[in-house]
Amino acid sequence: MTSTKINNKLTQLFATKKKGLLNIYFTAGYPQLEDTRTILKALQDGGADMVEIGIPFSDPLADGPIIQESNDAALHNGITLKKIIQQLQGMRDEIHIPVLLMGYINSALQYGVEKLVSDLSELGVDGMILPDLPVDEYKEKYQDLFEASNLSMVFLVTPQTSAERMKYIDQASSGFIYVVSTASTTGNEAKDLAGQKEYFERIHQAKFNNPTMIGFNIKDHASYTEACQYANGAIIGSAFIKMLGNSHLLEKDIKEFVSFVKQ
Amino acid sequence: MSIHEEKKDILGQSYIYMNYQVDKKGFYGNFGGAYIPEMLVPNVEELRNRYLSIIQEESFQTEMDQLLRDYVGRPTPLYLAKRLSEKYNTTIYLKREDLCHTGAHKVNNTIGQILLARRLGKTRIIAETGAGQHGVATATVCALMGMECIVYMGAVDMERQKPNVERMKMLGATVRPANSGSKTLKDATNEAIRDWINNPVDTHYIIGSVVGPHPYPDLVARFQSIISEEMREQLIDKTGSPNPNYVIACVGGGSNAAGAFYHYLNEKSVNLIAVEAAGQGVYSGHSAATTFLGKPGVIHGSKTLLMQTEDGQITEPYSISAGLDYPGIGPMHANLFETGRAKFYSVTDGEAFNAAMLLSRMEGIIPALESAHAIAVLENIPVKKDDVVVINLSGRGDKDLMTYITRKDEFTK
Repeated sequence: MTSTKINNKLTQLFATKKKGLLNIYFTAGYPQLEDTRTILKALQDGGADMVEIGIPFSDPLADGPIIQESNDAALHNGITLKKIIQQLQGMRDEIHIPVLLMGYINSALQYGVEKLVSDLSELGVDGMILPDLPVDEYKEKYQDLFEASNLSMVFLVTPQTSAERMKYIDQASSGFIYVVSTASTTGNEAKDLAGQKEYFERIHQAKFNNPTMIGFNIKDHASYTEACQYANGAIIGSAFIKMLGNSHLLEKDIKEFVSFVKQ
Repeated sequence: MSIHEEKKDILGQSYIYMNYQVDKKGFYGNFGGAYIPEMLVPNVEELRNRYLSIIQEESFQTEMDQLLRDYVGRPTPLYLAKRLSEKYNTTIYLKREDLCHTGAHKVNNTIGQILLARRLGKTRIIAETGAGQHGVATATVCALMGMECIVYMGAVDMERQKPNVERMKMLGATVRPANSGSKTLKDATNEAIRDWINNPVDTHYIIGSVVGPHPYPDLVARFQSIISEEMREQLIDKTGSPNPNYVIACVGGGSNAAGAFYHYLNEKSVNLIAVEAAGQGVYSGHSAATTFLGKPGVIHGSKTLLMQTEDGQITEPYSISAGLDYPGIGPMHANLFETGRAKFYSVTDGEAFNAAMLLSRMEGIIPALESAHAIAVLENIPVKKDDVVVINLSGRGDKDLMTYITRKDEFTK
């Protein structure tokens, strides 16, 4: 009922392309403060279907060491949410793929949720992912605001989420459902997709109103391809951040990374 | 549900009842809730759905009471501190939580939570610790129950609190260093939460304070409420009334204060005094006085007052006392602060240090640095001769001996 109300680049993408979508996460202000736009553009040019820009936070509970370190480095570089908004000014002159912001609720609360929604909408951002925002609170306080601003809200489901709760999350979501692949923080190399087949089938059978994207511990062509069998696409974060941390030629390396994953 | 509730008295007159306890949604006024990633929702929901019925079971209560009595050593004494009373020209009682097994009130909560974890069918226990007191209390109950125990501790704190690291290891626990962020309590808590995300089925997380997502603040407060339950009975015996004029406790996350205040929350005649760590001075840039320096925000799964930048980055607190070195306070305390039900004071490192010396010399009791903050505030509150003051002496000073030895010259006048 909600997803139909919103019409943005994200919903338009899912309306036209149903398979093999690649979503790449990167941390704003990393590796250097002013790399945000460079990375965004290179991802689009390389063939990423959408991007998630991470808002660095001092205490990222759901993240493993790689994203934690990129958050720390970006904060050390001087990134703030205000600065990210400034960096994204005018992005729609050159960026045509869907753009989401991902972060923790405290950043949004301190910025002011209403102001944030209004600023993001003005920039042409398509949605947000706030993993520690309770679904209830979103419905109660923010859903109308987001929908009125054409901003999608993406919620997560995990292998432990009950069927009933999945339905509830699907109703509140707009854009897509973020399917967390395994019980894990991000980039946990001890966990992989093996043994998750039954869970992915369950997601597939659930017939959500929203499209699905599988994320967490997707790191290369093989895991991307496997995830894409069960969902509309897959999300890569830590593996991409790790590559950025080692890169000396960002644009070239980003394009290579994307084409390697998509092949 | 609002914290202001309209009720009828026995004559049918309506009056406003202030509810300082948690509401159905997990809030204390504007604070609390469960701001957690979806990965934690099933565990936290299971806990929320089952904790009240489990802890009210007769078998649970029997087992808990027996352990508190025979293992922890409860009830702890309520001791009339005569010489201290003379000095401040009033009547001061010390609630001797320092005499609990393991040396602090922390064990009241770990006993309760380990019994709860067993009834939830969990086999693996994780915990965070700052100074190591909660870590030791958790390692202790895990040894008692034969359960696997992993304690996360900031790498910096492991260096500062070596004896407690060794105690935990001797008790059979694995101590894992938190190497992220500032490598202290806040980061140890993050690591414990991440562990829980990665191990959602077999693991119970024993949080050590009245912090974290609902129902933790309520759960921990209930297990610590034994402190004020005993105080009331002991005061009737000693003074004829269950109600003192003041109850004083230090607040980091706030578990000992929650326990000491619990049964007095709706007893308006009792002044509740919470003492935060001012560190080197509230506005020195090296402080942990959260109600003075904090703003509403979300830390470790609950909305509360916390120290943060304008951008919402959680800042590093500082206190000489590792147990008060936390950038937030429990949501219950944030509400007590906002409603004015409790008065918040802050005490510097030096004031606390000197209060520890004072108590040692006047009463023969070496307090933990945390508890010394509660003693120090006697200098600042307007106690009268006829008043009855209860200070919750939350822990003993053995763990702080090195600090007492090495920093004596710096602080003694």
